[in-house]
Amino acid sequence: MVGYIVRRVLWIIPVLLVVSLITFTLMKATPGGPWDREKPLTRQVIANLNAKYGLDDPLPVQYVRWLVGWPTDDGFQRGLLLGDLGPSYRFPDRSVNDILSDSIGPTLQLGVMAFLLSVVVGIPLGVIAALRQNRIADYVATFISVLGISTPSFVAATLLVVIFSIGLGWFPTGGWRGPEYWVLPTLALALAPIASIARYTRASMLEVTRKDYVRTAQSKGLRERSIVVIHMIRNALIPVVTILGPILAFLVTGSFIIELLFSVPGIGRFYVQAIAQRDYGLIMAMTMLYAAVIALLNMVVDILYAYIDPRIRYS
Amino acid sequence: MATRTQTLATGKLGERKTTGLWRDAFGRLIKNRLAIVGGLIVLLFAFIAVFGPLIAPYSYREQDVAAVAANGNRPLGAFSEGHLLGTDKLGRDLLSRLMDGAQISMTVALVVQIVVLGIGIPVGALAGWFGGRIDNFLMRITDVVYAFPDLLFIIILSVAFKETWFGRALDGLLLVFIAIGLVAWITMARLVRGQILSLKETEFVEAARAIGVSDRKIVMRHLLPNGIGPVIVAVTLGIPGAILAEATLAFIGIGANVPRASWGSLIDDGRAYVRADSHLAIFPAIAVALALLSFTFLGDGLRDALDPKLKGKQ
Amino acid sequence: MTVTDDQGQAPGSPALTELPEDVEIATEEGKRLASLLQDSERHARKLLEVKNLSTHFFTADGTVHAVDDVSFELDYGETLGLVGESGCGKSVTALSLTRLVPDPPGKIVAGEILFDGVNVMKLSSNEMRLLRGKRIGFIFQDPMTSLNPTLTVGYQITESARIHMGLSRKAADDRAAELLSKVGIPRAKDRMRDYPHQFSGGMRQRVMIAIALACDPMLLLADEPTTALDVTIQAQILELIRSLSEEFGTAVILITHDLGIAAGMCNRVNVMYAGRIVETGKVDDLFEKPQMPYAWGLLDSLPRLDEIKGERLRTIEGLPPDLIDPGAECRFSPRCPYARDVCREGEPELSERAEAGHLARCFGTEPGGWIQ
Repeated sequence: MVGYIVRRVLWIIPVLLVVSLITFTLMKATPGGPWDREKPLTRQVIANLNAKYGLDDPLPVQYVRWLVGWPTDDGFQRGLLLGDLGPSYRFPDRSVNDILSDSIGPTLQLGVMAFLLSVVVGIPLGVIAALRQNRIADYVATFISVLGISTPSFVAATLLVVIFSIGLGWFPTGGWRGPEYWVLPTLALALAPIASIARYTRASMLEVTRKDYVRTAQSKGLRERSIVVIHMIRNALIPVVTILGPILAFLVTGSFIIELLFSVPGIGRFYVQAIAQRDYGLIMAMTMLYAAVIALLNMVVDILYAYIDPRIRYS
Repeated sequence: MATRTQTLATGKLGERKTTGLWRDAFGRLIKNRLAIVGGLIVLLFAFIAVFGPLIAPYSYREQDVAAVAANGNRPLGAFSEGHLLGTDKLGRDLLSRLMDGAQISMTVALVVQIVVLGIGIPVGALAGWFGGRIDNFLMRITDVVYAFPDLLFIIILSVAFKETWFGRALDGLLLVFIAIGLVAWITMARLVRGQILSLKETEFVEAARAIGVSDRKIVMRHLLPNGIGPVIVAVTLGIPGAILAEATLAFIGIGANVPRASWGSLIDDGRAYVRADSHLAIFPAIAVALALLSFTFLGDGLRDALDPKLKGKQ
Repeated sequence: MTVTDDQGQAPGSPALTELPEDVEIATEEGKRLASLLQDSERHARKLLEVKNLSTHFFTADGTVHAVDDVSFELDYGETLGLVGESGCGKSVTALSLTRLVPDPPGKIVAGEILFDGVNVMKLSSNEMRLLRGKRIGFIFQDPMTSLNPTLTVGYQITESARIHMGLSRKAADDRAAELLSKVGIPRAKDRMRDYPHQFSGGMRQRVMIAIALACDPMLLLADEPTTALDVTIQAQILELIRSLSEEFGTAVILITHDLGIAAGMCNRVNVMYAGRIVETGKVDDLFEKPQMPYAWGLLDSLPRLDEIKGERLRTIEGLPPDLIDPGAECRFSPRCPYARDVCREGEPELSERAEAGHLARCFGTEPGGWIQ
């Protein structure tokens, strides 16, 4: 198992390397430069800016500078891996680090809350649906699942706002000034994951129900509850862990849409703005950030999976 | 000892009748009401996608400025005269624009899956059949590409090429197809590879080999028919993802070019009017939901029909 | 049961007087059962009396008569074989005895099952739990899938001990370790903490045996316990079952399709075909003088060492019948080389043959019949 963990950790390196290469190449391949504005800048200004940001240097140099760092005339310019996320090409006087560091809090908070909600609601929903197959609880759970799959987060967000905010007035439409502001965004973000987790858990439980060891447990005269909890749920949850990776990835990438919709002061809105404004520096940096977070979370999930399945842990 | 075999009576003490794999599956599918409903809605959307421009009351870009002006410069609500679902601020008929959106979504669904099958099946089949180094190599590539979060990749790809000729082709849709397809083929490749791997080792393939059937025949006659079930299911279930990706791209502004009416951009536009003219956001939202649901139910139904062992109730 | 001292307890075994705390006793029969469980005595004439048991499966294609009007008895400490082809109903019979038939689609539609004098059919499902594990142990066919992969082997053994016997953790662990070593697992104390996947197939089956015997049951149901194992291991496992059942006086119902196994292990044998018992008797009687063409076919089909090389193996022509609508005729008649019209008009009853306790279901072999 230790070998597995080590390999899993090391695997992140090539992955992030490739992601960085693809991101860098794509951004550099875009026609037009980072200085395109509605009001075009003068050639002199552009030349100065290019020199200042080293955009005249050969591409491999730019890449390494961006990723790791490069010595400049006055000291060492640090890159991504050393903590400097680069400049913003839209706002040349601000670095990405500045732009993001104030706003990372709400994003993290939203992500954590949405994740907890999805797991805390999704798993029991799936378990109950499986145990009470074809009865009311199953239909309710299925209904929620269906709702989750058919409503993309931005649709869910819009509907939630229409119903609960404008319609019923229970929650505000945007902002982040207190707990009542957290409810709708978290719900909108968590809806699809809840649906996924519930469906998957239900399917997994149903499969477990037919396993031989459940019959063995019954033949021992155990309580129904013991059989369900100790024998069935334990086994059913193991495959569910495998979808936590994609769920986390979804939460990370879905967050920026939700942040935009609910005016959450997180880093997401910058990403969407950067896309709209073609701020390549910011796009590159944030893409790498999101990708790195997802890669790390996936790694944690994989290791967790190996840990909780005794067949892998002790092999 | 025993005399000649006596003919077995069918029915009473005889054997059960057997039917073919596909007939069995079709029978099961028909009984699944949700799947049938889903299938019908899919057909409806397909019909609209093909014949939309012919049957829509207006063009998706036609502006009925007069009507809006007459309405106090506000979009027309649902059930207004001449506009069943109302119009937007520029007087463009919402129903017609929704139909345009349907065309976009269905085209995305179709083309993306073609890309997915076109790349995924050969890659997966090669990897699965030949195994060894080819398999390893291909799988490493897919692993790494897979690690790039889907949406992010699609986004930066779209952003990168938006301004090129390529990005402007087909109202910006060509870029969308390619971007989504490039991400989606991997799951199909893995699936096909898995199917081939597991079928390769089955006894009936060994038997065929033992008799001397050629490799190509084995793949065509034995592996493909058996392996195709999950492929069909995966294609159907992959469509909601593609539609969703396109809608998301449109929502943040890098999907089909204006004035094409992708559902995602309709919702984005409608957001601003959500207080007074919520129909502008709600109807496209319903359209998206219907499309996603119908493909999902159909896909679920296909999966249950083709492999009843997976079905919960048995 | 084992040798008991004058307080009715076996020396060295824990007091078997605890009942699981949370079982609701709702029926009269349940109350009887509860008081019967307080001691380890025998309370009836026979350990098991099965009368007219019928278990049907209600499927979309029709009602499958998996077990049809089956009756037999089992004495305390006896080993009974239940022999037949796949699909003849032997496993379903065993599952019916403990009411573990999956419902839906299966249901015990008729019959009486008396276990130690208690009418099992009259118990509530909750009360049924008192019997399972404690008085009836089950060994399933496939040791690879019958053990929970996420629980240690020790836990799975102590589970029933703690529930049915109220043992403390430590006492249960000790008992489990004892059982493990008794079934032949070396270094039992250490291996208690291992998971099933860390054992080989044969060892896992030994673990299953340990689980089944955890509470010192009166009856052991072994459903094809060796079918999934290597031949060399088979012999070991069977020997283990035999010696343990002898040592503890446990009755065994051994389900198998392998006649050789039945011959070596059982006192009596029931031969089943198409959901019915078609012949029953002491093992020697059955093997020396079978009274039913099906049994002949079975015995005949066994390859023998002294056969002429190159001769074809003998089979019973045809296939077992579809059990959805069996009809009134003798179920073996389509395949029977000796069948006559009377066989197709009605089904024979189980009738006595020359030896005591030897019954067979065949018109032809009845006294005065056309087969001699």
